[in-house]
Amino acid sequence: MITAGIDIGSITTKAAILRDGEILGTRVGFTGYNAGSAGTAVYLGLMKELGLDESSVKAIVSTGYGRNSVKFATKAVTEITCHAAGAHLLSPGIKSIIDIGGQDSKAILLGPDGRVRDFAMNDKCAAGTGRFLEVMARALEIDLDEFGEASLKSDTPAVISSICTVFAESEVISLISRGDSRENIIAGIHESVASRVTALARRVNIADPVMMTGGVAKNIGLVTALEKKLNMKLIISEHAQVNGAIGAAQIAAGIVV
Amino acid sequence: MIDNPKITDPEKEKRKIKCVKKMKEIMTSYYIDAKTAVQNNKKVAWITSGGPVEPLIAMDIIPVYPENHGAMIGAGKMGADLCSKAEDMGYSRDLCSYARADIAASPINGGPIGGLPKPDMLVCSNNICGTVVKWYEIQARYYNVPLFIFDTPFIHSEPSPEALKYVKRQMGEYITFLEEHSGRSLNHDRMKEAGILAIRAQNLWQEILDTAANRPAPMTAFDAFFHLALIVTLRGTSTVVDYYTELLAELKERISLGIGMVPEEKYRLLWDNLPVWYRTRWLSDKLSSHRASLVADTYTSAWCGTTHLYDENNILESMAVAYSSVYLNISIDRMYEIIRGMIFKYGINGMIMHSNRSCKPYSFGQYDLQKMIMKNLKIPVLIIEADMVDERAFSESQTETRIDAFMETLASG
Repeated sequence: MITAGIDIGSITTKAAILRDGEILGTRVGFTGYNAGSAGTAVYLGLMKELGLDESSVKAIVSTGYGRNSVKFATKAVTEITCHAAGAHLLSPGIKSIIDIGGQDSKAILLGPDGRVRDFAMNDKCAAGTGRFLEVMARALEIDLDEFGEASLKSDTPAVISSICTVFAESEVISLISRGDSRENIIAGIHESVASRVTALARRVNIADPVMMTGGVAKNIGLVTALEKKLNMKLIISEHAQVNGAIGAAQIAAGIVV
Repeated sequence: MIDNPKITDPEKEKRKIKCVKKMKEIMTSYYIDAKTAVQNNKKVAWITSGGPVEPLIAMDIIPVYPENHGAMIGAGKMGADLCSKAEDMGYSRDLCSYARADIAASPINGGPIGGLPKPDMLVCSNNICGTVVKWYEIQARYYNVPLFIFDTPFIHSEPSPEALKYVKRQMGEYITFLEEHSGRSLNHDRMKEAGILAIRAQNLWQEILDTAANRPAPMTAFDAFFHLALIVTLRGTSTVVDYYTELLAELKERISLGIGMVPEEKYRLLWDNLPVWYRTRWLSDKLSSHRASLVADTYTSAWCGTTHLYDENNILESMAVAYSSVYLNISIDRMYEIIRGMIFKYGINGMIMHSNRSCKPYSFGQYDLQKMIMKNLKIPVLIIEADMVDERAFSESQTETRIDAFMETLASG
């Protein structure tokens, strides 16, 4: 049975197609200002790439912030449940998930069957989210993709004391004008995000093995900082960014829910 | 041409509480009386929601509640505008939105009823928070009227004998204050009568809330949020007793007919903190879509949580003790015991805590309470962030994701 998952986040939209739990393909695009059309475009693009006909897809689950804007979806499910399902499919022994998305960061505790036992999400503020890193990358005039590698070259990470994105940005600007190295500032930013996320993780008593999902999992600098703060190794799948969409497609197959 | 009659859904009509119309009439007439007090040669006292109102009733002074007004401003979605006006006046955005809305409404007669009637005196009890003291001081200066502060020491475990003596003594000072500024003396028979009516109203209110222990619940906390206005504004009068008697009868009838407020009720939730006044409908629909009924809350039950402390034969002193012992003036350990009792009484599956940006004493400690409840009682607890009146502190999509995920987790558990 072929099923699809569409995960519309605040920054990127992801789609995944599964056949009986096997990943046929995934795709990522920008969400932009119209969540619904981004969902359709990424989904149809993936279908075309795989040479599949729409009628072959038995069910579609939409998730993420734009989940209710996918009119052709069979069901809308939150990203918390989808990330749990995705992680369980990719690595059945996973007990916890840390997901850092564009607007939200979350820690999820899983039961043995891949169901959500407990979860904690960031408060309303953007600190500790992907958007926070984007803002900082802009202030430092460096591509977000280079962020992770750059911070690994740091010798003394700067201290970013503010937890507010706006204040932290002005703090970063004063660090720049003070002449601190970009590498040290980025490492400081990662430590600040890692502290916020670690607090969330502690709230649900996360247990090993822990998987990190979401686009931010590609950032090796943050992953390293998080592993150090948590004192745990993070499992990062090659599908980390599309994990929510994979979980959505898996839920669509009725295997988990 | 064929008339196009208003289409009503019989299912929805069946679920509506019929008394509501009468309740609206009572509140309208109460505000008309208050706003025409000067013409009728009556005095008006502004009073905090947890303030000792019975002596005012006994002395024919009309009590007016800026907090009830704040709730109306919130429900009328006028909160953000008034709060930002207060910020223009120089007040911090971190200040309670009831206080901001009230302070900003005063000079412009703002809000849904064209402002509150000018007070002749102010009565403030800090049993609900410390903010009210400064808020009332500001209003006392603005209106140039006397202010009485009923100071209630915080209760960590049990009230100390000194604290009890202290609050009882203040009742005497309170009566002297009222007599001096109203030019009337207190009739003790009328005082006793108001006290007894207040006790009866509180007992009835408890019985009303307890009907939700029934499955399906004939009312939800959203109905309690609405009907609360009477026990807040008119306790001590027969109006409340009469209305609540009627409401209770209707709720009992609904129980006997098996009418629940939420269609196919499956999950029973407990609410903590003040309502998100401008989003009650949205939240109610959201929870209903998950077949969840908000059957109880720690907020509306605060107006009947100390009835056992009243003594009909010593109304004034026992009242002082009761007012000192309200929900927000006690420690987290005592709050936990109350919540635990409610979880068992109402058969609760999950709890939603509103971390209310405005209400610090209510929101402080919620993370500890959450841990205690989840660990000891194995009840999942969700915390959502909002504000009771200031819509700018509410994010629909973030709140929606948290509630949906919470309900998905409850459903799969």
